Amino acid sequence: MSRITLSNLAHSYLANPTSDADYALKEMDHVWQDGGAYALLGASGCGKTTLLNIISGLVRPSQGRVLFGDRDVTDAATTERNIAQVFQFPVVYDTMTVRDNLAFPLRNRGMDAAYIAKRVGQIAQMIGMEDILNRKAQGLTADAKQKISLGRGMVREDVNAILFDEPLTVIDPHMKWELRTQLKDLHREFGHTMIYVTHDQTEALTFAQKVVVMHEGRVVQMGTPEELFETPAHTFVGYFIGSPGMNLLNAEISGSEALLGGVSVPLGAAYGQTTGRTQIGIRPDYVTISDQGLPVTVKRVEDVGRHRIVRAEFQGQPLNAILPEGMTIPSDPRVAFAAGKINVYANDWRVAPPENGRGA
Amino acid sequence: MRIRSSAIVMTVYLMFLLIPIYWLINMSLKTNTEITSTFTLWPQNFTLQNYVTILTDPSWYMGYVNSLIYVTMNVVISLTVALPAAYAFSRYNFMGDKHLFFWLLTNRMAPPAVFALPFFQLYSSVGLFDTHIAIALAHCLFNVPLAVWILEGFMRGVPKEIDETAYIDGYSFGRFFVRIFMPLIASGIGVAAFFCFMFSWVELLLSRTLATVNAKSIAATMTRTVSASGMDWGVLAAAGVLTLVPGALVIYFVRNYIAKGFALGRV
Amino acid sequence: MEKTQNNKAWFLVLPVLVLVAFSAILPLMTVVNYAFNDTFGNNEFFWAGLDWFEDQITSDRLHDALGRQILFSLIILAIEVPLGIFIALNMPKSGFWASFCLVLMALPLLIPFNVVGTIWQIFGRVDIGLLGHTLAALGIDYNYTNDPLDAWITVVIMDVWHWTSLVALLCYAGLQSIPQAYYQAAKIDQATRWSVFRYIELPKMKGVLLIAVLLRFMDSFMIYTEPFVLTGGGPGNSTTFLSIDLAKMATGQFDLGPAAAFSIMYFLVILLISWVFYTAMTNLDREENR
Repeated sequence: MSRITLSNLAHSYLANPTSDADYALKEMDHVWQDGGAYALLGASGCGKTTLLNIISGLVRPSQGRVLFGDRDVTDAATTERNIAQVFQFPVVYDTMTVRDNLAFPLRNRGMDAAYIAKRVGQIAQMIGMEDILNRKAQGLTADAKQKISLGRGMVREDVNAILFDEPLTVIDPHMKWELRTQLKDLHREFGHTMIYVTHDQTEALTFAQKVVVMHEGRVVQMGTPEELFETPAHTFVGYFIGSPGMNLLNAEISGSEALLGGVSVPLGAAYGQTTGRTQIGIRPDYVTISDQGLPVTVKRVEDVGRHRIVRAEFQGQPLNAILPEGMTIPSDPRVAFAAGKINVYANDWRVAPPENGRGA
Repeated sequence: MRIRSSAIVMTVYLMFLLIPIYWLINMSLKTNTEITSTFTLWPQNFTLQNYVTILTDPSWYMGYVNSLIYVTMNVVISLTVALPAAYAFSRYNFMGDKHLFFWLLTNRMAPPAVFALPFFQLYSSVGLFDTHIAIALAHCLFNVPLAVWILEGFMRGVPKEIDETAYIDGYSFGRFFVRIFMPLIASGIGVAAFFCFMFSWVELLLSRTLATVNAKSIAATMTRTVSASGMDWGVLAAAGVLTLVPGALVIYFVRNYIAKGFALGRV
Repeated sequence: MEKTQNNKAWFLVLPVLVLVAFSAILPLMTVVNYAFNDTFGNNEFFWAGLDWFEDQITSDRLHDALGRQILFSLIILAIEVPLGIFIALNMPKSGFWASFCLVLMALPLLIPFNVVGTIWQIFGRVDIGLLGHTLAALGIDYNYTNDPLDAWITVVIMDVWHWTSLVALLCYAGLQSIPQAYYQAAKIDQATRWSVFRYIELPKMKGVLLIAVLLRFMDSFMIYTEPFVLTGGGPGNSTTFLSIDLAKMATGQFDLGPAAAFSIMYFLVILLISWVFYTAMTNLDREENR
């Protein structure tokens, strides 16, 4: 097991990429710590799978290096890298029994029979398949097959990392939760580096210690779930994480105040001069509706159970707020923002307040 | 490494396929004297005379016309009857369906030699001997089962919900079938037509048995010329080359569907 | 797919039924009629019972033709199936070269059978053919019109030339349906090339391969035109396969009774083999859809 370093990495599927847009992955430097549980989160087509395949060696990057520990494996074949990968759709060897499927990676590496039998037994117990070990994999349901794939990914104890490419897509919701919990347990028990690709924020936030958010071929932020929520480094992170996403309002920044079309809002910290398109971002959770503050027009109210989501408009820009249970909307609704929770963005990237770093 | 070795394999295999065809083309562009007197890898006295002979002599070129007529008839008839039948097999259970399907398939497996003589007598007795339709109908014996088989495979891939939605939207069966269903299996129809064309175009035994003059196929014309006029190799080769043309054209048009068609239609 | 029970579906099948019945059942009845009767022309028939069948079953001529036929079919299957798989594995997966190979490979399939015969007739001749000439120049004594072994080799190579592409195209179609993830997973599992073939590619090709074997077996069992043009069944009777023998008997010698009995037995053998294949195939379908 080792640390995985991506140095100066970029990839394009074209032979002669000319513009930035030709790159599926834009230049990046990134380190995955040994033993971490990471989630790689992003919308479809943002380059998550490409990044994963570069780590596993199925795709060779157009530029940059991949290092496992101190060893440069950029040109090493998949087999030499000793990693495991689970794919979006179940990959099982139809003509083999469940037992042979699980044993396959071990047999190919020439492990001894007793060890294989023991290890297959453990994995089968974990994925709940001891009863059907002798059945042919053909004809099993999609989620049973995917469990076999997961099992095959985890059967080797000495892997450098286990990569998951949206592995729970075909699993039904109740099983999803169970399998995710099992994966977390496994991580605790064996300490493998795990990288888990998903476009589902709940999956990412519940599985991982660190979530890596990708957008248009770039890693825009790596952080704990809390960091992603409180201080999104990029407007995409703000928008993609949270339900609904962060509100973004065009503003002018003047010291510790933001001017929203002439109305002043305190920021809780003083900022320097910003350039380009300036916006402030505030989570709907930190917007309170009362009869004081900025005037808004309420468009719609959605009841989602524990609270309600108010879809409103402020100066023609959409603004969402969470209304806790028991609260009512006044006839002349106004909103206020929790000062410390406002983030400032210039050209979509977060501007950190100069003094205390975190803005609050 | 793997890419290079497979490129070598493919090159060798394609050479194996193409060299005999090249030799035929080579022959067709030589004079008979050159063919029999010297051995040359390409024509020394390049001539198109062999082709001129064929294209100006009705007893030659009518062979192509006749073949194309009965092949076209066969493709149209086969598809017309196979489409509804394939739909029935893909959508419904009905009395005796499995036996019927198997019986149809066995006809694809019937040796033409078994049927040659009875066909001759049957078509003679109903006055269809030496007509295009007789050959087209005879070829239906092999092509209809095949077309049903291929189309059934494609139709199974179309979800039944589409039928049901169309009926709920008030489509009649006929309109649904032609306007909605057929476009969905267009590639399947293409593949079935390709196979019908193929088997009808290449078949010799029945087409030779069932026609003497008016509907005589090019294949039959070729075999008879061999025995009649001795060995006119140049003309024979040219006639052979011309039979490749329709096939090559058909392949060119369906080239993007060949592999896909094979897969979806199971055949 | 769940099918509904509907006997009205018979109406959709009716056109096929009428057409095939006209083309198959009526002629078949004629054959049966001939098989059990003797005729001296003028539409006068005498009941011959099973005589023709006994004649044929005990005839050396039939035994020889049948033996040659089975040998031929087995040889070409043994060559074409592995070769077809091998070619399919080596074909480009996509892009220009894939279409290029597909088009060229499909070409022999669309050549009229007699032209296939003609091509090899010319190609193999010692005086004017590239193959014959080259072999002669290399000092190999080759003449397919005189030497039975040479004739056999030529007929087999011709069939391989003609039909291997069909097997290859079917297998290629099977291979195309394998998602990329399978190959990637195999790499990660450190599977050998052989394991990839054995556990991923072969199972996916199983269905199409069965069809390929069925088609090739049937068609080779009925082969007529190509060897007829190439060798005319000779030298001697060395390349006289069942269909050639049958056609000789029926249209050449007008021995209608024996020919008809021969036809019926020929047909029954084929029917039996088709049934075995068909059962195997439907079982396979069921297994896959379970």
